Amino acid sequence: MNIIVCIKQVPDVTEVSWDPETGSLIRKGIPSIINPNDKNAIEAALQLREMNGGEVIVISMGPSQVEEALRETLGMGVDRAIQLTSREFAGSDTWATAYTLGLAVKKIGQYDLIICGKEAIDGMTAQVGPQLAEYLAIPQLTYVMHIEVKDNKVRVKQRLGDLDRLLEAPMPALITVEREAYQPRVAPMDSILEAYGKEIPVWKPEDLSGNMENLGLKGSPTKLRKVYTPKLIKGKVEMLEGGPEDVARQFIGKLKEKYII
Amino acid sequence: MASKIDISEYRGVWVFVEQTEGAPARVSLELLGKGRELAEKLGVVLTAFLLGESVEDTAKELIFFGADEVIVADHPLLKDYRTELYTDIISEQVMARKPEVLIVGASPIGRDLAPRLSFRLNAGCTADCTGLDIDEENRLFVSTRPAFGGNVMATIICPEHRPQMSTVRPGVMALPEKDDKREGQIIDLELQLDEDACKVKILESVKGASEGVNIQDAERIVAVGMGAGDKETFDMIKELAELLDGEVGATRFAVEAGWVSHDRQIGQTGKTVRPELYVGCGISGAVQHTAGMSASKTIIAINKDPNAEVFKIADYGIVGDVRKVVPAIISELKNQMT
Repeated sequence: MNIIVCIKQVPDVTEVSWDPETGSLIRKGIPSIINPNDKNAIEAALQLREMNGGEVIVISMGPSQVEEALRETLGMGVDRAIQLTSREFAGSDTWATAYTLGLAVKKIGQYDLIICGKEAIDGMTAQVGPQLAEYLAIPQLTYVMHIEVKDNKVRVKQRLGDLDRLLEAPMPALITVEREAYQPRVAPMDSILEAYGKEIPVWKPEDLSGNMENLGLKGSPTKLRKVYTPKLIKGKVEMLEGGPEDVARQFIGKLKEKYII
Repeated sequence: MASKIDISEYRGVWVFVEQTEGAPARVSLELLGKGRELAEKLGVVLTAFLLGESVEDTAKELIFFGADEVIVADHPLLKDYRTELYTDIISEQVMARKPEVLIVGASPIGRDLAPRLSFRLNAGCTADCTGLDIDEENRLFVSTRPAFGGNVMATIICPEHRPQMSTVRPGVMALPEKDDKREGQIIDLELQLDEDACKVKILESVKGASEGVNIQDAERIVAVGMGAGDKETFDMIKELAELLDGEVGATRFAVEAGWVSHDRQIGQTGKTVRPELYVGCGISGAVQHTAGMSASKTIIAINKDPNAEVFKIADYGIVGDVRKVVPAIISELKNQMT
């Protein structure tokens, strides 16, 4: 069986720092990583390949440095990687991203499953997976904890909020895997070295038979109007002063004033 | 994607209502409250869209919570959430009735449904919003959401496509008051559904084994962060929460340290709460956490660092060691109780 995994290279948003003078975010120097959830998707695909045979292909859209992320997936044991890089793709919202990935999937042709991570740590929309499934008109199985393939059907355990469901769908289908499922393997050294010798084709708009109007910023229905640093200043804080016993008494006094206790 | 629609044909605000065995999800009711406000600014009708089995009483309830009309899709096959059928039914009605705004709760179901629906409708969808408004001058729906891992806020519009869609995090909007004298219209859809036509089969659906605490329902929350130090201090904080008849909340750090389960995490990757009282113990006030609690009515912060960000949003601040202050509060509370 053939599995396509969609990954995103993201800034490591847990590593951001702030300019103490201007209070604005310093974007420079933030390391780029494979979106952590997407590694779970790769792990799921590799395990399914180990059981059922076939090929795992990873695709990613992004600037030229996406190559590093793709090479890392080859090190994990992925068979092939395809990069979607072009100025025309820049500024894509989730709609345009799903459309572009969809064109790439159609070009790849034969596949049984598409696996995505639940969401990316930077945007955290969890939208591209379901939108890609809609574009390809295939079933979507989200929040998946476990995958089983049998008789050309896929059976998954889905954690839908406080419901645990068992779903079955015909293939091809698209799956998004939960953070807790399929802990990613560490790439073995020989496989990392081997990955450096592999070729990663770069596809551009002219390689995809799509509508150019639907790509990138101009193809995105949503537009960014403004970005700002949230100002959380609520008003003037009243400091309660004194030793622990003093502040404890004042604390309780305030709760009483507000009829909380 | 190029839009070829006449946006002036689109009028009205719709709210997708999620239900479990007939009980509407709290987030759906919160959205009816916000939707009411948006509809009034636009001078249009607020419509609730309800799908389920035997939900006629639920439909009436939605009118009491602010809907002018309720579109009801009532069928045994709609009892459980199904991506395909829900998308088919809603998108068909959207294409026929043309609402300008469609909002959906960013619950697990909403986050499965809304993106699929938006792609089919050639509509933009802004995920996990924390603010919704109308730009009255341009008749545009304006959504605000955290971006870049919650480090910045982004304002997003969708000028050329309709409906303008957003999902909204649970707990962000206030629950509207119920008025059981409100009247409205109920529109029952005629449906012909066939289970064999559903590609995805639900073989099993059971309530999960989660411990079932919903801190979003708690009126008092004592939250614990990195500055609380260790497990021992954490146990004191738990005692304080119990004495205040409240629940323990946490930052991501405290969850990752294993002190509390993920369902108590507040903030960007956790829940949004707006309790009557929030006490932050050893919480620095990083935006990833405060994004989920800044709407609390009274905020009291205890932190060693007098420059901690949390004091900017607190009503009352205590500069001190949680390990000393919390036990003092506990013994004072106990004293006053006896």
